[in-house]
Formats: sequence, C-alpha cells, structure tokens
Amino acid sequence: MSGRRLRRRMTSGLMTGAVVTLAGLAVLPLLLIFGYLVAKGATSINLDFFLKTPVPAGQTGGGVAHAIVGSAIVVGLASLIGVPIGIGAGIFLAEYGAGRFGWLVRFVADVMNGTPSIIIGIFAWAFMVKPMGFFSALAGAVALAVILMPLIARTTEEMIKLVPHSLREAALALGYPRWRTSLGVVVRTALTGIVTGALVRVARVAGETAPLLFTALGNLNFSVTLTQPIQALPLQIYVYAQGPFEEWHRLAWASALVLMALVLVLSLLARWATRARYGTR
Amino acid sequence: MEDPSRPDRIIPMTTTAMQRATPPPAAASAPHTPHIPATGANRADRIYRGVVTGLALLLPLLLLAQVSELAVNAWPAMRRFGFGFLWHTTWDPVAEVYGAGPLIFGTVVSSLLALAIAVPLALGVAVFLTEFAPRQLRQPVAFLVELLAAVPSVVYGLWGIFVLIPFLRAVVVPPLKSLLGWTPFFSGPYYGSSMLAGGVILAVMIVPYIAAVSREVLLAVPESQREAALGLGATRWEAVWTAVLPYGRSGIIGAVMLGLGRALGETMAVTMLIGNRHDISASLLQPAYTIAAAIANEFSEATTSTYLSALFEVGLLLFVITVTVNAMARILVWRVARGRAVGSRAL
Repeated sequence: MSGRRLRRRMTSGLMTGAVVTLAGLAVLPLLLIFGYLVAKGATSINLDFFLKTPVPAGQTGGGVAHAIVGSAIVVGLASLIGVPIGIGAGIFLAEYGAGRFGWLVRFVADVMNGTPSIIIGIFAWAFMVKPMGFFSALAGAVALAVILMPLIARTTEEMIKLVPHSLREAALALGYPRWRTSLGVVVRTALTGIVTGALVRVARVAGETAPLLFTALGNLNFSVTLTQPIQALPLQIYVYAQGPFEEWHRLAWASALVLMALVLVLSLLARWATRARYGTR
Repeated sequence: MEDPSRPDRIIPMTTTAMQRATPPPAAASAPHTPHIPATGANRADRIYRGVVTGLALLLPLLLLAQVSELAVNAWPAMRRFGFGFLWHTTWDPVAEVYGAGPLIFGTVVSSLLALAIAVPLALGVAVFLTEFAPRQLRQPVAFLVELLAAVPSVVYGLWGIFVLIPFLRAVVVPPLKSLLGWTPFFSGPYYGSSMLAGGVILAVMIVPYIAAVSREVLLAVPESQREAALGLGATRWEAVWTAVLPYGRSGIIGAVMLGLGRALGETMAVTMLIGNRHDISASLLQPAYTIAAAIANEFSEATTSTYLSALFEVGLLLFVITVTVNAMARILVWRVARGRAVGSRAL
C-alpha cells in the first residue's frame, strides 16, 4: 500500500472519529439535563406538589397546584384558538397552496415560526393588555395561540401531503365533491398525524415563558378567572430558580421535571402514532 | 416518515450540482398539489375553499399586526433618539436617556459565540446521522436531538444556573484564565453570570435546530453524488467532503442562519445566565445583556412612556433582524430541499 493511500485512509478514519466525537458531545447536554432533572426533581414529586399552593417564602412544604391548573387553563385556551386556525391554514396550504398566495402564507408561517417569543409577548401586551387595561389569563392564551398557529399550519400541511394522491383521485372519480374529498378522505387519512403533531406543538408551547411574562403575568394564589393574572409552570420556574430559598429551588426542579415529562411523553406518543401509519426510514 | 419524496434520487450521474440548482420556491411546491379542475358551480366547494383561505389569510394579517403594533409603540422613542439610539451606550431610566449599543453588542456577540461552539457540533451530528451512523442508531439519535429542541428555555436557564455556571467556574474558567488571561477576552474576575455562560447555554440550545435542518439537507443530497465519489475511489470521508457537503452547502448555510436567528431572539435562558448589565466589555467573563433579556427584565418595571417606547424600539429592531436572518435562511434551505418544512419537527 502506497504512503499516499495510507494517508488518505488515515484521514478518513480520523475525520470519522471526529464526527462521531462531535455528535456525542452534542447529545451529551441532553443526558446531563435529564439526569439533573430526575436527580434533583424526582424526590420532590409527591401529592403535596400537585395539590397544594405555595407556603409563605422561607417555609418548607407546599406545592404548585395553582401553576399546574393555570398552565392547563392558559394552554387549553390557546389550543382552542390556535389549533383550529392552524389546521385550517394547513389544509389551505396543502390543498390550494400552489399559487403565489400559498407561497406567501408558507413563507409568512416560516418567518413567524422564527420570531422570538419575547416579541410575541410584547405584541400580545400591546394588542390585549394595553387596550383592556389589565393582565389576564386570556391575554396569555392569545400570546401562546399566536405561536401555535403557524407551527400547526406547517405540520398539518406536511401531514396532508403524505397522503397518496391515488386516494384523492379515487374519491373524486367516485363523484365526491372537492370539499368532501378533502375533509372526508384526505384530511381524515392524515388525521392521526395532524392530531399528534398538534399535541406535540401544544406540549412545546406549554413550556414557553417569555410570552406569558407581560400577559398572564403570574399569580401567587390559586385563580381560574380568565380576566385575572394567572400562574403558569414556566413562570413559576423562572421566579423560583432565581429566588434565594433552597425550598424554591427544590420546587423549581420538580416543576421542570413535570414540564419535561409532559413534552417527552407527548413526543414519544406522536412518534409512535405516526410511525405505525407511515413507516420510518 | 420524514422526507416522503426524494425526487432527486434517480437523476442521471452526469447532472452536476451546479446545473441542478434552484428552481424558485413557488414552483418548488407545485408537484405536491396537482391541479384538479374545480367542478365550478358547486357552492359547498367554494365555501370550503373560502373558509380555509380565510384562515390562512389570518397568518399574514397577524404578521402585519405584529409589525404595526411594534412600530407604533416604538415611534416615540425613534423620534426622540433618532439613529443615535443604535450606538449610544447610556441606558439611564432616571435621566430618560436610552441607547441600545450594549444590548446590540451583547445580542450579536453572544449569538456569534454560540454559533462558534454549536456549528461544529451540529454538523457533526448531521453528518454522523446521514453518512456514518449504523442504521439502528439513526432514529434514536435523531430523536434525542429532537428532544434537545423540546426542552423549554426556562429549564435550560434553571440547569444553567445550578449546573453550568458552577461547572464553568470550577473546570473551564481557571485553565482559560491561566492560558489566555492576558488577553482582553478573558480578563477580570469571573462572577458566574457572564457572556461566556450565556453563549454556552445558547450553543446547547441551537445545536438541535442546526443539526435537524442540516440533516434534512444532507438527506436531500442525491445518492448518486455519494456513489459517484465512491466509484471514483474516494474514501468515505472524501465522499462526504468533496461530494455531499458541497452539494448541500447553501442548505447548510441556511441551517446555520436559522440557528443564528434562534440565538438572537432566545430569551429566558439567556436572561437567567448572562448577568444583565448594560455594559460593553471585551471580556467574555463579564456580565452582558441582550435585547431579549432587557425586554424580559425591564418591561414590567418600565414606568414612563419613553422607557416603554425604548423597549419597544429594541424589540422592533430584534424583530427586523430575526425576520431578515430567517427569511434569508429559509430561501437558502428551500434551494436544496424544495419548499418543504425542513426540520419542522425540531422547529
């Protein structure tokens, strides 16, 4: 074997090694974060954590029931607003989106997906809080819905485009009108994917903090009123992580673990649901 | 399920990357939706189309609303401070004088620092996943990277405060200081919250975005590119380096710019780690500030209308910068992977 050939082989081997090392390094933080979440959060997860509200600062005990309920309300409301609009826009993109307007909507959706969430936060403040005159759960929900819409539009479009054209053609050939073909055959076939995709997006949005800072604001007490400030898990983590009390840190880790578990379970579920249908590569 | 259509798979080997480049994005999405003639008079069809079109129209309207709300609220500050706002360094709510110099500096430097760390890692992941990984490993590792993008920002912040900062203090900073302490970049004491901590957490956060998008870009590179290089006797690395990466170049640059867009606008984790001081310092060990962090911290305590307006102005600035970066990135990525929502699972 000539020296040149040997050198080329060695370079190839070395670079392969480098690529593998880099890939390992990139995944390492995830393992570290999960490890710490479980190590520091798991011991604090008990019934009190889910059922009680905070005790006065400095004391031990208490839970984050108000934040869990608050998150559920804000995220639920955001989904009610954002998911239908997102799915509708997604159907438009997949069915009628070949023209110029479709290109514009697709481009706008992608641009909006890259908009910093803090910007959505001050937009929602100017749009909702300022005219209404008070912070509210409703404003927080609108902020999260603004984030959800373009994300769901794009996933819906992708899911619908996975449906084979033969299905659509068969339905049209049988004399189905276009809207029934679209809703009853194409969208229905893609429904599992659309729903799980939406669930994953909703789970991600549940972890957003910045859009809630100046809209839902946070609340120390248990509240379910839509026109009042409301607490949410991410806001709670933000405040507790920066606070001086050991007890707060403990609750912050536990809240983070709960939030992460939610995202993880939904991601796995989505992966499983879409895998069964379309197979994987 | 990703990448349902790889239309490029069976193109003839004679076609080069240059010839194959870039149809306009509008045309690119066409093959997905063949034109099916409308039945014309059907009212229900028209209503259906009208409804979904209306819903889709909401997205551009929302973007317009965002721009106008930001601009209207930023206008008083723009009029009062003019262009000097962009480089003046005083930020004094008491004297009502605002300059965004340190914020812009902090935003740009922290993002560039993050890119410098994240790009090699992310490209490592993408190349590993598409070129070198055994088949059984591809799905799980891709899923792990996807999860990294799913960790909420505030959780990164929490982890950063209690794990990353102590780690930097104990392990990374001492050798850095003894080696490079004489340069301005690592001078001064290290308190914990700093440009370095902010940049590192940003790097961890943007790796999955860059990796996911570049992976899809590399998957869109036709198999014939690899086969041609290997057929000419290239080693596996040479095939990647000379045939695969150059083919996906514009897409990879796009992926990096998407990461940059994320880093520029990332809020919570940076707010919790960067130190939040309106200061321009060459040293990475000193506290700094970013636009997003300043808004997050100061918006609710902005008591005067000028203060609020100044925050809206930096917000508008951040918006314009990220939209520009993202738009350019999208166009670059679309060139390689036509009109698909590339990396949409991670984003």
